[in-house]
Amino acid sequence: MSPALIAALPFLGAALPALLIRTGRNNAASVSAVITGLALLGLLLHLPTVLAGGVVESRIDWLPWLGLNINFWIDGLGMLFATLILGIGLLIILYARYYLSNKDPVGQFYTYLLLFQGAMVGIVLSDNILLLLIFWELTSLSSFLLIGYWKHLPAGRQGARMALTVTGLGGLSMIAGMLILGNIVGSYDISEILKHKDAIQASPMYLPALLLILGGAFTKSAQFPFHFWLPRAMAAPTPVSAYLHSATMVKAGLFLMARMWPVLSGTPEWFYIVAGVGLITMLIAAKIAIFKHDMKALLAYSTVSHLGLITFMLGLGTQAGALAAVFHIINHATFKAALFMSAGIVDHEAGTRDLTRVSGLRKLMPITFVIATIAALSMAGIPYFNGFLSKEMMLEAAAHTAFLGNDWIVPALATLAALFSATYAFRFISHAFFGPVSKDMPQTPHDPVFGMWFSPAFLTVLVVAIGVFPMAVAGPYVQMATNAVVGGGYHMHTLKIWHGLTPALIMSVIAVTGGLLFLAAHAPLQRLWDATPRPDAKVIFDWIVAQVQSASDWITQGLHNGAMARYLMLFTLASVGAGLYAFTTGTLGAQTRALTPVNGAAITAWLLLLTAAVCIVALHHNRILALVLIGIVGLTVSMSFIYLSAPDLALTQISVEVVTAVLMLLALNFLPKVTRIESSRFKISFDVMLSVFAGVAVSGLIYALLMRDFAFAPMSGYMLDNSYNLAGGDNVVNVILVDFRGYDTYGEITVLGIAALVIFALTETLLQGASSRKLIAWRPDVARGGDKHPLILLIVTRVMMPIALVVGLYIFLRGHNEPGGGFIAGLVVAIALVTQYMASGFAWTQARQKVYYHVLIASGVLVAGITGAGAFFNDMPFLTSDFGYFKLPGLEKFELATAAGFDLGVFLGVVGSVMLALGGLSRLARRAAMGEQDGEEGAHIAAEKPEARVLAPLAAGPYPPEAKVPRRWWSTARAAQEATKSERDQVHENKVKNKEEDH
Amino acid sequence: MEVLVSSAIGVLTAAGIYMILRLRSFPVVIGMSLLSYAVNVFLFATGRLVVNQPPILREGVTSYTDPIPQALVLTAIVISFGMTAVVVMLALGAFIEAGDDRIDLDESEGDQ
Repeated sequence: MSPALIAALPFLGAALPALLIRTGRNNAASVSAVITGLALLGLLLHLPTVLAGGVVESRIDWLPWLGLNINFWIDGLGMLFATLILGIGLLIILYARYYLSNKDPVGQFYTYLLLFQGAMVGIVLSDNILLLLIFWELTSLSSFLLIGYWKHLPAGRQGARMALTVTGLGGLSMIAGMLILGNIVGSYDISEILKHKDAIQASPMYLPALLLILGGAFTKSAQFPFHFWLPRAMAAPTPVSAYLHSATMVKAGLFLMARMWPVLSGTPEWFYIVAGVGLITMLIAAKIAIFKHDMKALLAYSTVSHLGLITFMLGLGTQAGALAAVFHIINHATFKAALFMSAGIVDHEAGTRDLTRVSGLRKLMPITFVIATIAALSMAGIPYFNGFLSKEMMLEAAAHTAFLGNDWIVPALATLAALFSATYAFRFISHAFFGPVSKDMPQTPHDPVFGMWFSPAFLTVLVVAIGVFPMAVAGPYVQMATNAVVGGGYHMHTLKIWHGLTPALIMSVIAVTGGLLFLAAHAPLQRLWDATPRPDAKVIFDWIVAQVQSASDWITQGLHNGAMARYLMLFTLASVGAGLYAFTTGTLGAQTRALTPVNGAAITAWLLLLTAAVCIVALHHNRILALVLIGIVGLTVSMSFIYLSAPDLALTQISVEVVTAVLMLLALNFLPKVTRIESSRFKISFDVMLSVFAGVAVSGLIYALLMRDFAFAPMSGYMLDNSYNLAGGDNVVNVILVDFRGYDTYGEITVLGIAALVIFALTETLLQGASSRKLIAWRPDVARGGDKHPLILLIVTRVMMPIALVVGLYIFLRGHNEPGGGFIAGLVVAIALVTQYMASGFAWTQARQKVYYHVLIASGVLVAGITGAGAFFNDMPFLTSDFGYFKLPGLEKFELATAAGFDLGVFLGVVGSVMLALGGLSRLARRAAMGEQDGEEGAHIAAEKPEARVLAPLAAGPYPPEAKVPRRWWSTARAAQEATKSERDQVHENKVKNKEEDH
Repeated sequence: MEVLVSSAIGVLTAAGIYMILRLRSFPVVIGMSLLSYAVNVFLFATGRLVVNQPPILREGVTSYTDPIPQALVLTAIVISFGMTAVVVMLALGAFIEAGDDRIDLDESEGDQ
């Protein structure tokens, strides 16, 4: 199986447990196990190759120009770690099946677990540091999900956050370090980087890169002073702790140090930082572990301590150190995962895992007792268990290590750490399993089902097997991985239990004896410990987080204080400043164009525009007046477009003007009609100055532009030359829109459609809940016109409707060759429709409007898209148009172009968008009218048939008997009454609904 | 002619900026409309001012104005309508929800 597939399998399978959980927990667990098992099988098929010293690779170029390639390889180190990850993963999947309760979302758990597993396998098999970094971050994220799996527990959430913060920050630091490393070598492939030891260590960037990378490794592997997150992460379910916090994730940091060992180690910096930190961590964490009552907390600190041990070994930079590190990685994973699972079993069965509350479990749960005791003795470093072997190696290496020229300090500290380690291991056994049976346990424990104790039992079998026959069971693996760590050419001596009377053995004896003595003296020591004040990492961490948060709050609040006027002012100021800088530092070429002559009409238009603009500023407090004035500006602009040879623009602008005016009026229906003067005199004068300055700048810029010829030949020459030949159209602007720049237009109508849908969504929101009630309660703030649907307007608009549609059709059809086209035709037709709504009322028109505007927008985009895709049949790129000339009897020769289909899409899109946007506002107005006393209800009926106008007041109640109306009007009246009733019911329903929503 | 057009663009810009610096949503919308005019005419004018040479191909005519700015501005006009409509709708929604059309948040609202 390809290494890439091995890494991808857990990700690919991650969705399955979440889906299969509906068929039961067994299926979710089984499918996870099958996926993990497949990946493990695929991995182990490569074992012979890798054991023989080979490397299995799979390479996929992803972004080669960034050096980011999907390169995977399996070398000895990767093989070791991947086996641990997948093998222990299998055991954990089995264990978790029985550990998690019925109430836990088990499917989610397995999905998270598989995601995590994939990320871990990705880390250890990546042959590209950028790819490794991606997986590295993925482990942080997926472990966050796993630690916080019990979302209802605050400790779980806080622990997950803390873990994510610490490991996430470490990840960032590592990214920086890795990028430096890649930069020195010129490649991001690990196999390549590993060949450049001398270049890296000679580089002045070596120390920064080392520190940054170690920042990532130390945080991930919980090394001092970042060790505090690991015990807090114990709030996770025990399978997670056993998997992430003993066997896999915390070892990712170690993996990284081992991976980079060939190029980074061997320098004094490496030795003092890595070995120093490892030693301190080993010592401090072991000491804390002695005094923890929570079995998992004890194990967590013990894990930190053992990780320190491995770091210490890697830090030595010797082959013996690397060997000890690799061997201890294996041993620690086996006994610590077993211990965590045992602690989980105790917790699961007894309801508590507090060492002061449980005792005497030896009699109640013998199987668990045996498992936990073997694993703990291995942790204490007792012979014939695997922990002894690697601890001996550590002590042996420590005995020969001088620190700052001092020969005895390292061996002494190492022995002390081993002593502490023995102490907590003995305490774990004696306090939990020996002594009288505790009466303080929430429930009487007994051994769990086979499925739950199988996994830790399997691991303890390994513990013993490696402990007794180290060379036969683990030898080849250790040789293979150590060879990879030291960069090849390594030949291991036989792993043995008995080396004779070495210094290490003496240190070991001291440690174990001391451990037993400390255990005997545990009670007074514990009292002393409890009485000693010491810093609480969580308090410090929370304090730092709070400081950072308040600092970022301060910056954010300072910059984004919610005052939009200030943002806009600063934005304008910045733009003007940038322009001013460009103006003062740049140069201006000579004028090359003469002024175009001016006539009276142009000056009149200019005066009109200026007056209108100034009046808007001066009189904008009267909002309706401002609308009228802005209409004048718009019309003047349209006229200027005609004069300046842009007929298409003029047509577009003038029709948009109409639609915008309607839109603004509809909005102003609700908004206040008057803007009060709120700005201070200072703000007003400052704003005037700023805007005048900006105006002068902009007009200077465009004037300079207008007085000079194009710096380069414009590409419009091509379009003018080829508009007819290539696209068969005379109107070059339209041809550009539907043909040359069809992609732009396609995007354009899509955006327009999206805008309309946004408006629709906003309307829907406003028509619900509190805002709907506000609308119903809304009263007009100005006197309404007397007649809602004036008869003359009604008749004229209806007569005009067909004419307007024909005009729209005409404009559409001529568009390719004369001013016009889909945009303008769409706007014209939209205006024709809008007038119907205005004259006859929303409901009346809507009832006769058979097409949904949503559909219109969608079909517009679709028609344009399909037309464009039609080019594929001609083996041409998307949106290439075709055209031809046809002759039908009785007609002149005429042209058919596929671009017309595209233009039809534009047309439909524009009509739909404009109508949907305006419709939204009308619906708000209609909701508001529902609450009016004299009733908007009958209005649409009145508009439908003029005679109903007479009946409208009658429709509100029972007809007075004396009402004299023509007989044929009665049917209308009845219809009016029914319509009114249903409308009222709807209002009532809405009210009821709103009330319910409130509750 | 160039003087007229560039000064008109300047006046529209100035008026637009002044209006968007106001404190209520409606004047800001008006200001944005004014700025849209200014920007559209600016873009259009980058094709230089040409009288009586519309870019519509005719027999025997050889010189036309630059059609590209026109095509750009045509879509810009339509899009600015869409944008105005969205902004108006937002302003309206904010007014209905809050009962107030101020564009600045109060001090007390700033934290949310």
